[in-house]
Amino acid sequence: MESHSLVTIADLSREKINYMLEMAQEFEKHPNREILKGKVVATLFFEPSTRTRLSFETAANRLGARVIGFTDPKVTSSSKGETLKDTTMMVSNYADVIVMRHYLEGAARYASEVAPVPIVNAGDGANQHPSQTMLDLYSIYKTQGTLENLNIYLVGDLKYGRTVHSLIMAMRHFSPTFHFIAPKELAMPDEYKVYCKKNHIKYIEHTDFNEKEIIDADIIYMTRVQKERFSDLMEYERVKNVYILRNNMLENVRENMKILHPLPRVNEIAYDVDNNPHAYYFEQARNGLYARQAIICDVLGITLDEIKRDNTLIK
Amino acid sequence: MKRQEMLVAAIENGTVIDHIPADKTFQVVNLLELHNLKTPVTIGMNFLSKKIGQKGIVKVADKFFTDEEISHLSVVAPNIVLNIIRDFDVVEKKEVRTPDELRGIVKCNNPKCITNNEPMETLFHVVDKEHGTLKCHYCEKEQDINKVELV
Repeated sequence: MESHSLVTIADLSREKINYMLEMAQEFEKHPNREILKGKVVATLFFEPSTRTRLSFETAANRLGARVIGFTDPKVTSSSKGETLKDTTMMVSNYADVIVMRHYLEGAARYASEVAPVPIVNAGDGANQHPSQTMLDLYSIYKTQGTLENLNIYLVGDLKYGRTVHSLIMAMRHFSPTFHFIAPKELAMPDEYKVYCKKNHIKYIEHTDFNEKEIIDADIIYMTRVQKERFSDLMEYERVKNVYILRNNMLENVRENMKILHPLPRVNEIAYDVDNNPHAYYFEQARNGLYARQAIICDVLGITLDEIKRDNTLIK
Repeated sequence: MKRQEMLVAAIENGTVIDHIPADKTFQVVNLLELHNLKTPVTIGMNFLSKKIGQKGIVKVADKFFTDEEISHLSVVAPNIVLNIIRDFDVVEKKEVRTPDELRGIVKCNNPKCITNNEPMETLFHVVDKEHGTLKCHYCEKEQDINKVELV
């Protein structure tokens, strides 16, 4: 069954990524429209994720669609043993597009193969979360004016952080230089280093994180170092304060440098950074709205051209 | 030498699967679904082999496998040879070729993969034939062909 589902960012070509960013830009100019009037968007959250769900539902609502769905699978038939296929087929009768968050990896891929309507993957376990990557790309593009030839520093948990893995895959088209800054226990897995080599992506690994290390950065992408990821708690105690970005580290950074974080943040970015003009993580979250508006329209087959000529704007 | 050959009866027409690692013999039998055949099947195990120490050998009368069926064997025994027998003579030797994808043959090692939690067929892409690296079509985890279990 051919549909326009968005399952993984790895499927997208350079042209498609640029196209999606341009679409997001249109939505940033005019986020309130009725281009999806008469459409129904289903948000099926088999595991809770409040900020992702709110972002998708806001995106749909601001485009005039109606939203149905569930936020907690305990109230659905999947708790009675219904298969994912059955739930997907049932909801396909009601909705024009399904936004799905699932705790199992590959759930969105499978749903996209059985559903007659497009599926948007809003996170499948530790696997993919393409709308997050799309908003990361849009944030980078917006703040740097380009995606080409950037120095991107990934900091913190590079082992389990799916957002950093997806970002590497998406950036492969744009000749970036990555810096991987992580404690040994949470270092970038070999699988992704092999991926970098195969795709001619430059990368440098560091274990130190200080003012000097980040001086050439265009983007610093912070992630959370989680205690439960460590088998050795002594090691956690040793590194937990090493990968914290503090305001006094930012005195000599590049003027264009921006700090991103997928949120929620705990303590890996000190609160005194929030007022620094390099901080961008809250705007980044807002960009998620435009990126998701673009994603929903694209999977429904609405083109950039139609969005540019759209006369349903609410001013 | 002659005595050893006598251990397994010759077949007139069919397939002789040779050089099976001894401990994989029954996996080969299962993969080819030989239990469903009505023609004579001889299964031998722990024969001496110069190449691999101990080997299994399976003789299947009046049965010729398709290339697809043969490719399934790459999961358990990539180095085995199939001798096609016609009129008591070996007319062709077929090697196992690793296919580009494996559908419904092996299980994903990732317990959080949808394929282990939903009644559905598995699908793997063979991303590196030389090293035997499979990638699950669904959870996208790469895994070693020697470390996956049959469905």
